[in-house]
Order: sequence, then structure tokens, then C-alpha cells
Amino acid sequence: MDPDLALLLNGIVSGLLLGGLYAAAAAGLSVSFGMLDVVNIAHPAFMVLASLLVALLWAATGLDPLLLSLLLTPAFWALGAAIYVVYHHFFERRGDEAIQGLAFFFGIMFIIEVALVMTVGPDQHFADASYANITWRLGEIDLPLRMLVPAALAFAAIGALALFLRRTFTGRAIAAVAQDRDALRLLAIDPVRIKRLAFGISIAMAALAGGALVVVQPVDAWSGHIFIGRVFAVVIMGGLSSLGGCVLAALAFGVVENVTASFYGPSWSPAVAFGCLLLVLAFRPQGLFGRAA
Amino acid sequence: MEGISRRGLGRLALGVAATVPATARAQTAPSGPPIRIGYSMSLSGGLAGNGRPAIIAHRIWADDVNARGGLLGRPVELVHYDDQSSGAQVPGIYTKLIDVDKVDLVVSGYATAIIAPAMPIVMQRNMTFVSLFGTGANNDFKYDRYFSINPAGSKVKETFAKGFIDLAMAMDPRPRSIALVNLDSDFHQRTAESARYLARQAGLRIAYDRAYPPSTVDFAPIIRAVQAARPDIVFVGSYPPDTAGLLRAASELRVNFQMFGGPMIGPHITAQKLQLGPILNNLIIWDVYAPEPTLQFPGIRPLIERYQPIAAKENVDALGYYVPPMAYTQMQVLEQAVKRVGSLDQAALAKDLHANQFDTVIGPLRFDELGEWAEDRNLYTQYQGVQGNGIEQFRKAGTQVILAPERFKSGELRKPYTAGA
Repeated sequence: MDPDLALLLNGIVSGLLLGGLYAAAAAGLSVSFGMLDVVNIAHPAFMVLASLLVALLWAATGLDPLLLSLLLTPAFWALGAAIYVVYHHFFERRGDEAIQGLAFFFGIMFIIEVALVMTVGPDQHFADASYANITWRLGEIDLPLRMLVPAALAFAAIGALALFLRRTFTGRAIAAVAQDRDALRLLAIDPVRIKRLAFGISIAMAALAGGALVVVQPVDAWSGHIFIGRVFAVVIMGGLSSLGGCVLAALAFGVVENVTASFYGPSWSPAVAFGCLLLVLAFRPQGLFGRAA
Repeated sequence: MEGISRRGLGRLALGVAATVPATARAQTAPSGPPIRIGYSMSLSGGLAGNGRPAIIAHRIWADDVNARGGLLGRPVELVHYDDQSSGAQVPGIYTKLIDVDKVDLVVSGYATAIIAPAMPIVMQRNMTFVSLFGTGANNDFKYDRYFSINPAGSKVKETFAKGFIDLAMAMDPRPRSIALVNLDSDFHQRTAESARYLARQAGLRIAYDRAYPPSTVDFAPIIRAVQAARPDIVFVGSYPPDTAGLLRAASELRVNFQMFGGPMIGPHITAQKLQLGPILNNLIIWDVYAPEPTLQFPGIRPLIERYQPIAAKENVDALGYYVPPMAYTQMQVLEQAVKRVGSLDQAALAKDLHANQFDTVIGPLRFDELGEWAEDRNLYTQYQGVQGNGIEQFRKAGTQVILAPERFKSGELRKPYTAGA
């Protein structure tokens, strides 16, 4: 195969796998920010919290990190629901959710980071999955399982979430609360209860993303910082409240970053990826799959 | 056998009489107001992984000094604040330390990004300043009371990558091309500049020369692009999360280079040593210390032995080979200067630091006119024979051998680097 073609194909494939990690990180935010209008800037911090818990549990049990992250989801759902109760009581109910709400989640982020440093230390932690050192080869295309398995789990989880949102009564109520919360009351549905449930789901998704992250790379308390810009960009580019758009935007982000890094140097990757975001917003302000206002 | 005369006995008795009180004096508890040493340190944020071990080393030093009777007979007290790994916090911290806390001496926190913002405040107050892991921090200020605890020396461009390039050019067959990959940071830009300069001097063709941003998540495209450029050797500058990503990608892409490494900060930290295990084999790493017989200076082993149990309790770097020896040295240098001068006069301390040699746990050192080490000590080490992910192998000599410089050499270069394959 022509070396440049091999470089391009590998750039695209590795970009898709990287997009899987971005999709895992952004899917939960797509629910909280896209559907519930809660600007949870601490979402990557929850992801890192899950990563470090998975690393500790992995060291203690030796179980697969992704399985451990799956086992953590109920606890993270409960944590998310509890945080939403506080957020609703002190900010949303009073109509202070814009700036004060943002400050609240900034505070949550710092509290998580400092608490992690105080409890597990500032060093990097890791969890080695049994498949992390295996790479499948399809001709000249490399498929490292370290990236492939977390991406597969992410797509499976997002698919299940999309089915839940589309096929169940509660799922439809979550989609509806984003559009018209007063209409929900007419159906005798408590929008606060629905939002609590949905915010819990978004934090549970962060737990899964944390499992994926710690398989891909070692993690410390501040590893979430490099994801803040990316996950918001992915959610906005995909179109708020569109899970499918979020996945496609994440894949596009990954491919653009990796192909740029392969041919023009990694320094250009963020500039080109965020340049694409600006282009999308210039021509489709509602994002790729968002509904026009 | 020579007998002891009555006169000899008298001299001995006089000697004992003179020595015992002196020893007793030295071991008496220090008294009077403490000598306060102030600094900022990164106890949270991205630099905390190295800031916290530094604090442990400082505490061990303070305990040692106080057990020996203190400095100038006074106890030593450390006053430090968390700079959160942010340079923006640093000027405020040093202003408070000097103006409000009235500290007697100041030293720096960890790394150039924290040292540089402290310089204007320290210079304004004419304080002598001993820094920790700053690279070229005084190049622009040219402050004559600045002293650096960093082995890079003042001629970074001419010397930093010399050990690496010299090793490469001594190989048979000699390499013809080199790839340069570095993080887009001040330290790694300087080190890449050194490798670029020395590679050109050695007649190496530069096949790839790119920097990557700190936000990079996937390193496979970088390694793949380097492979496509087909260099014989690869010089890489990176920080811990990137180092793990680069080496993982190198392993997945089955690299095969005659030499691979450089200032890849990462395996210096115990957690990363354990995670990477055999991927480290034949990797060449710039370092400041390794438990090799050629680096066993007085005091280093007791320091490491005292550090490790504390580190285990406080959840910080378990082995402590990277920052703690340098942090302890930072305080040793100050201690020896104060003792020689006999006061806390800042001008006299700076004069003494420029004039004399210091015997430290990392060996003897002298400072040049810029306050950098008069003789650089850029160690190029190679991991050899790493098996599995156990910690014990990293405590032994022979696992991380020193290849350069020649005076500390403890092993021979092994090639190629295949990332554990």
C-alpha cells in the first residue's frame, strides 16, 4: 500500500477510535447541557472521579476496568440525582441557574479535584485491562484494543441510552422536558423529578466515560481539564439534545485531529478541529443535528 | 608497639576536653527565634506530583538540621503556601512571605513556570534565591543572587542533548537521520533546540521535527508519522501523561529505532515505571538520579530510606529518585552557605554561593556567574532487563543504567528500542 494512503487510513481509523472516547465523554453532557439546560462544567471532573475510583478498585480486585465502571453507574446516578436536588433547590428554583449555577458547577469541579488529591494523591493512576497490550492488524491498519474496546462500550452505552430516550415513556419525558416543561405538568409529570432522573443518567454516563479514559491513558486529578473544551464543542457541534449528532461530531473531531496530526503536525490538530466547529456554527448555528429555534 | 607517653596522654586528655563540649554544643537543641525559610510549592494542580515529594524532602532536611543543633544555633522553620501549580499565585505568595511573614530566607517552588514569576519580587527585595528544577529561568533576569538546582547548566543548547547525540554517533553503524518530537512547552522547546543544534553539528539529517500541544490525547498519529519518516534515532521531549501515551502508541505500532528517548519526563515517577514495565526496556531517558553505584554520594541512601515510608503514608511518588534528592540539595546548599557566612546577610550568602563548592547528596557542585551549575550533569540513562511490573527491580542497580556522561557511566548501550516487543 502507498505509505501516504496507509498513513491516511490509519489516521481515519485511529480518529474514529479517539472519537469513541470523545463520544463517551460528551454523551452525558449532551443530556445535562443539551436536554436539561444545566451547564455542568464539572462533567469531565466526574469522569476523572470515576477513572480514579476504577483505578483503585482495579488495584484491589483485578476486575476489568470497563466492568468496574459499569458497576459504578448506579452510585454515580445517585450522586448525580443528589447534586441536581441541591442545584435545583438553591439555583434553578430561584431562576439563578445562569451565572450562579455555572459557579456552582465550577465549585463542584474544584471540590472533586482537591478531594481526589487529598485522598488518592496527586500522582497518576492507571488500570491495565487484559487486552490493553493487544493490537489487531487488518493489513496495514492498526486497531489497538486499548482504544477499540472503550470506544465499543461507549457506542453500546450511547445506543442503549438513545433507545431508552426514544422508546420509553420516561425517556420521552426527558426529551420533552428540554422542549416544554409546562406541557409535562399537563400530563401530571413532575419536571423536577424527570430532570433529577436525567441528570443522574448524565453522571452515570460520566462513570462509563471514566472507565474508558483510564483504559486509554493514566489519569490524575486534573486530567479532566483537557476535555472541558472538547466535550462542550462536541455537544454544540452535534446539536444540543441530539445524541446522534453528538456521536457524529465526536467522531468528526477525532478524525480531523488525527488526520491533521499525521500530515501537518499535531500542533495544528486543535486549531483545525475547533476551526471546523466555527465553520459548522457559521452555516448551521443549531449544530449538525440540532433543531432550528 | 609504640607506647603512650605521659605527655601524649596529656595531649589526648586536652583534645578530648576540647572536643566533647564542641560535640555536645552541636547536638544541643537549637534555641532562639527560628530561621524561617519561605517558598511557594505546588501541592495541588498539575505540578503537585513533584511538589509534594519536594516538601517531604524539605521536611527531612529541616529535621536533620534541627537535630544537629539548627542553623546558627536557631531552629529552622519552613513556611510554605500552595501555589496550585499556577504562576499567577506566585508573586502574591512571595510578597506575603517577605512582607508579612518576614521570612529570613526564600527558596523556589518546583519548575520554571513557578520560579520565573517569583523572580521580580525576590529581586526587588534583594533576596538570595535557590531554585528547584528551573531551566534558563535566570537567562533574561541575570540576577546575581539566583542559584539553580538543576543539572542542565547554563549552556542548554550546546550541552543538554550532547550525551544522547554522542551515544548515537558512537554506534556502529553510525545513524544518518534523527526525528525530533517535543511537547510545546518552554523546557521541551529548549531541549529540542539543543538536539536540533547538536544533530546538525554531527551531520545527522533531521527527518521529522514537530511539536505537539499539551492537549493531545492520542499519540498514535505522531508515532506513525515518525515511523513514516524512517529516522534511525528519535529524540523525544514530553511530560508524564504524554510520555505514557507516546510509549503505549510506540508499543502498539511495533516501533524499531536504534535509539529512542530523551527528556521524556514520566518514568521518573514510580507509578509510570510500574505501569509501563517492559515497554521501558532500552528506552533512553534524561534523568537526574538513578540508584547506580556511580551516583552513591554521602547521604543519598539515608535520604531515600527515610523518604520512602513517608511517601507511602502520604500517597506520593513511592521511590523518590527524581525530585527529593534535588529538593534536599536545594536546602543543603543554603545551609552550607549560611554556616560558612555565619549570618543571614543576603549579599554575603550570594557571594559565598558563587565562590564555593557544595557537597550535597547528589555530589559536589559549583555555580557559575548565572547561578547555573558550572558543570552540567545531564544524565542519559537506559532501562534494561525490566520484567513485569514489580517495584523491587527499580530499587536495584542495573535496571536503570547510566550511559552518559562518561564519569558516571554504569552500563553499556543496548539497541534497538522496540517498546517491549
